[in-house]
Amino acid sequence: MKILVCISNVPDTTTKVKFVDSLRKLDTQGIQWVINPWDELSLTRALELKDDPLNQVQSVTVAHVGLVGAEPTIRKALAIGADDAIRINAEPTDAYFVAAQLARVIQENSYNLILCGIESSDYNGSMVGGMVAEFCEYPSISSVSAVKIENGQFIFTREIDGGKEVVTIPAPVVAIIQKGIAKEPRIAAMRGIMMARSKPLKVVEPSVAEPLTEIVAFELPKPRAACKFVDPENPAQLINLLQNEAKII
Amino acid sequence: MSVLIFVENWDGKFKKLSFELVSYGSKLAEMLGKEVIVLSIGKVDNSELEKLGKFGANRIISAFNDSINCFDSRLFTSIIAGFAKQEGAEVVILSNNNTGKAIAPRLSVNLKAGLGAGVGKLPTGISPFVVYKKVFSGNAFANLTIKSAIKVLTLAQNSFVLIETENSATILEVNVPIDQTMMQNRVIEVNKQSGKILLTDADIVVSGGRGMKSGDNWTPLLEIAELLGAATACSRPVSDEGWRPHEEHTGQTGKIIAPNLYFAIGISGATQHLAGVSSSKYIVAINTDKDAPIFSAAQYGIVGDAGKVLPKIVEALRQQKGK
Ligand SMILES: Cc1cc2nc3c(=O)[nH]c(=O)nc-3n(C[C@H](O)[C@H](O)[C@H](O)COP(=O)(O)OP(=O)(O)OC[C@H]3O[C@@H](n4cnc5c(N)ncnc54)[C@H](O)[C@@H]3O)c2cc1C
Ligand SMILES: Nc1ncnc2c1ncn2[C@@H]1O[C@H](COP(=O)(O)O)[C@@H](O)[C@H]1O
Repeated sequence: MKILVCISNVPDTTTKVKFVDSLRKLDTQGIQWVINPWDELSLTRALELKDDPLNQVQSVTVAHVGLVGAEPTIRKALAIGADDAIRINAEPTDAYFVAAQLARVIQENSYNLILCGIESSDYNGSMVGGMVAEFCEYPSISSVSAVKIENGQFIFTREIDGGKEVVTIPAPVVAIIQKGIAKEPRIAAMRGIMMARSKPLKVVEPSVAEPLTEIVAFELPKPRAACKFVDPENPAQLINLLQNEAKII
Repeated sequence: MSVLIFVENWDGKFKKLSFELVSYGSKLAEMLGKEVIVLSIGKVDNSELEKLGKFGANRIISAFNDSINCFDSRLFTSIIAGFAKQEGAEVVILSNNNTGKAIAPRLSVNLKAGLGAGVGKLPTGISPFVVYKKVFSGNAFANLTIKSAIKVLTLAQNSFVLIETENSATILEVNVPIDQTMMQNRVIEVNKQSGKILLTDADIVVSGGRGMKSGDNWTPLLEIAELLGAATACSRPVSDEGWRPHEEHTGQTGKIIAPNLYFAIGISGATQHLAGVSSSKYIVAINTDKDAPIFSAAQYGIVGDAGKVLPKIVEALRQQKGK
């Protein structure tokens, strides 16, 4: 059993985003790059599965499409516990391009379970996982909040409107994960950090694929009008405003 | 050439978001000078299907096959892609809900169509085709050009007004052949709560944070929700503490919602929380700290102790409703 975790490299979620070049490019100055929070949780769950010998997970690999600048993030994944890593050496221009690159690596190495996050916290695409599955012609399952292995079979819990569904799907399968998959992200211990330096990080060159989308310009949110304060002793005034000014109740 | 809209049904019924999709698709088709085709998969009565016509659909395709026994994104993708090709769809539109998010990326690859996910407005241009979407969890927006001949869009819930017309649509029932090898999801258990207002569908949401102090203090908050016909939500620490169920957690790592009105009670307004709620049309904040960041996102605010303010709001609402 081999598991692949796809990780994207994103600005820390508390970053104040700024743009340069007439709002055409992200200002990367001073940005702290981290593993996308969802991918950190996927990795944690993959390692938990591997910890239990009954599951017979041989390896947990991480894959990233990105330039050399992303290597500290990849090393961090190795320090947390991934066995090895693959970096596809290309600028991640759009989700279609990224998915095409990941799909090739997946087809060459045949993993049983591929984990992707529901979205990257930077471009909020929610795309790559489903695209990878379609490129590979694998089944996929979305909104996954739990995964376990029983008798060599994957059992997923997925969120549906107003509840949950437990589903099995034969491998190979792409699972697109969300809240619940793991409690807290696993943290790299000192020993892990030392070991990460010598773990294999393979760099492969991209194949030809054309992005289908392009961001032409960013905009910053318009400042909201100042908050109108209501006397805490008289909340009836609030109800009145909601009813007669905002007209929403 | 056409605009193809996929609408999901819930036990044979459509929801507001289905009509938002058709309204959006019809306006877009008008911009492009194209026909509007709505595709529904699964058994739905004609009286229900007809409702879609009122929002501007020209034709409705009601596709079914008795062997479809659960939602399988690969299978649904192949069915939708089949109709998209048959009908020469230039744009395919889905909801940005769980189902749409599962299908749209697959469809994008299947049709080699660029995907604009979670759009809230009509394209700002059609040649080139430019959509406007939230990025960096709502801290910025992007104008995204889709360069492929076919485009796939997912529409953010509660972001587009319903436009009712005099229009009516023709309905075509199709028993679609399906490729069994595409259907590999096997459901072994379903746990569903019924009767509750879904957080993602709700027009009003009442949400509590760590400032509520304990899970035992939720009674007045629940009463406000009840009186307003609202869904309830919470911040992440609240669900982590087990004060409220995980399904209620909103924010970057929880649910992303866009109700008309969001009450943030005892919630500081961390960026990760705002990422899930900043698209709300109105935010009301109740917080003891006048400098809490939530007040910068809110239109209405009360600086005060939730324990004291909430019972007064309940009282005021009761009076307003005459209860
Ligand atoms: C990667 C990552 C992802 C995250 N994702 C999410 C997410 O999806 N959703 C989320 O919510 N958080 C998320 N967080 C956590 C987030 O950073 C904040 O810690 C969290 O939102 C704070 O919750 P809170 O506002 O309830 O609590 P606090 O920050 O503790 O705020 C409590 C507020 O209550 C006020 N208060 C205190 N007493 C009273 C009273 N008696 N009456 C009224 N007000 C009172 C205080 O003034 C304060 O403003 C994430 C964090 C990280 C690092
Ligand atoms: N450049 C990348 N390299 C590897 N995996 C990625 C990359 N970008 C996105 N992913 C994966 O796809 C998921 C969803 O990302 P997105 O579609 O960009 O919102 C992420 O959580 C990752 O698992």
